[in-house]
Amino acid sequence: MAEVLVYVDHVDGAVRKPTLELLTLARRIGEPVALALGAGAEATAAVLAEHGAVKVLTADASEFSDYLVVPKVDALQAAYDAVSPVAVLVPSSAEGKEIAARLAVRIGSGIITDAIDLEAGEEGPVATQAAFAASFTTKSRVSKGTPVITVKPNSAPVEAAPAAGVVEALAVTFGALATGTKVTSRTPRESTGRPELTEAAIVVSGGRGVNGAENFHIIEALADSLGAAVGASRAAVDAGWYPHSNQVGQTGKSVSPQLYIASGISGAIQHRAGMQTSKTIVAINKDAEAPIFDLVDYGVVGDLFAVVPQLTEEIKARKG
Amino acid sequence: MSLRIVVCVKYVPDATGDRQFTEDLTVNRDDVDGLLSELDEYAVEQALQIADEADDAEITVLTVGPEDAKDALRKALSMGADKAIHVEDDDLHGSDVMGTSLVLAKAIEKAGYDLVITGMASTDGTMGVLPAILAERLGVPQVTLLSEVKVEDGVVTGRRDGDSASEQLEASLPALVSVTDQSGEARYPSFKGIMAAKKKPVQSWDLEELEIESDEVGLEGSWTAVDSATQRPARTAGTIVKDEGEGGKSLAAFLAEQKFI
Repeated sequence: MAEVLVYVDHVDGAVRKPTLELLTLARRIGEPVALALGAGAEATAAVLAEHGAVKVLTADASEFSDYLVVPKVDALQAAYDAVSPVAVLVPSSAEGKEIAARLAVRIGSGIITDAIDLEAGEEGPVATQAAFAASFTTKSRVSKGTPVITVKPNSAPVEAAPAAGVVEALAVTFGALATGTKVTSRTPRESTGRPELTEAAIVVSGGRGVNGAENFHIIEALADSLGAAVGASRAAVDAGWYPHSNQVGQTGKSVSPQLYIASGISGAIQHRAGMQTSKTIVAINKDAEAPIFDLVDYGVVGDLFAVVPQLTEEIKARKG
Repeated sequence: MSLRIVVCVKYVPDATGDRQFTEDLTVNRDDVDGLLSELDEYAVEQALQIADEADDAEITVLTVGPEDAKDALRKALSMGADKAIHVEDDDLHGSDVMGTSLVLAKAIEKAGYDLVITGMASTDGTMGVLPAILAERLGVPQVTLLSEVKVEDGVVTGRRDGDSASEQLEASLPALVSVTDQSGEARYPSFKGIMAAKKKPVQSWDLEELEIESDEVGLEGSWTAVDSATQRPARTAGTIVKDEGEGGKSLAAFLAEQKFI
């Protein structure tokens, strides 16, 4: 059966959820072969096998952490040459997209990014994407070379599908460009204990209406009552109320959770571009004319300082 | 020695307009106003700041696109760039990122460069892969997604804020840099800048000048094919309630009904 190469996103051996979703999608096209790089790569094998990887290729070298992106492209290319897959799937993170893009150039293939669904087609895998602030849905194919496709988080269910998961060491030769961009220092982001914004099933966001950094704890409390990630609109980020890493929208992150709760966000097109594919959308806003209300499944016209704490209390009460 | 900076910019349909696809499933540019992609303004701004710090620098803005795309170049020139290159050819219609990046790479090489600067993504396609592809095609280091950038003694340094960590990066020129919207507010063109821009040179190149065959680009030469584009059905009108003291509770009831609680 045809093999599909899946690039694994993991943190010291802990596989991140978007990769497990990729394995679900990969099985629609063929047999997944996973590539895990860096420290802890071998530790990923068990969970990858549980989710359908017939083989897990691993490599570790200091180049992966000491230099930006290119060493990982060299490894992905080595895996590509070894496997000759019918498609290459990579998670749609900022780095994932860069790795996929450079591989596509090297192997003379087209690339599709930010797919939200994937299915087998007569002429190769067909990817669904959201275009123009998610006002359109497109279906696309790679028409030259081996399809290289990056997939957004929450695009497929995580399904158990036990497979062999045979671990094989991959030999990687680094090219001259691999050491071009040196990582001279790395400061890990402090963990908030909340789920990763792009992967979260529920996202609670605050905007201009939150009216100050000191008020964001109201949004955080609601998020914590639901086990959700916290997002912020550009207005809130530009005002310095919340970190840029939490920005949802065209120039920030694009999220696609099961539930999106917007508080004090009017819903400018740039924000809608980043959240419109959310399954259920809820908004709380003082302004009944705010464009966000055009998108909602449920909206409350009211002061978020009254509505959000009441909602949080009610959720806690219902959860007991 | 002069520092040669090339800034790649894109002319995009205004996101606040009603954007549509045409029959051949390319972007309909007729009914929506175009403008310089907002994210590319940050690239122009960083180029201007780097040039200010250098002894001697020259900024060239480059775009690939139809006649109207000159507007994007003029905006960049009025912000302070020195000259512009417009690559225009009928055969470019419908090019995807692989085709467009090929044209940009050839044009950058022809123009001559020490540093290429781009935005983090376009505001229409929003793929965010062009900077990495260009670096691969040019064979230079990629120093991408920077929120801070500096060039000194032939070395570019910058900060990349990722999901899990913030990294300091370093590469020797020639190199390619992409900057985020956190790199620093872009300046508004002054009246003087707008007047001066009218006298700045805009060169026009076509595919022949770049020695690119027409079948390597355009809709026919694309590496990807769009089979269908359908407008999302408008969301069915949701329930909207006015808070009269019980708004939070009614919302909680909705969330419970939807099994989120």
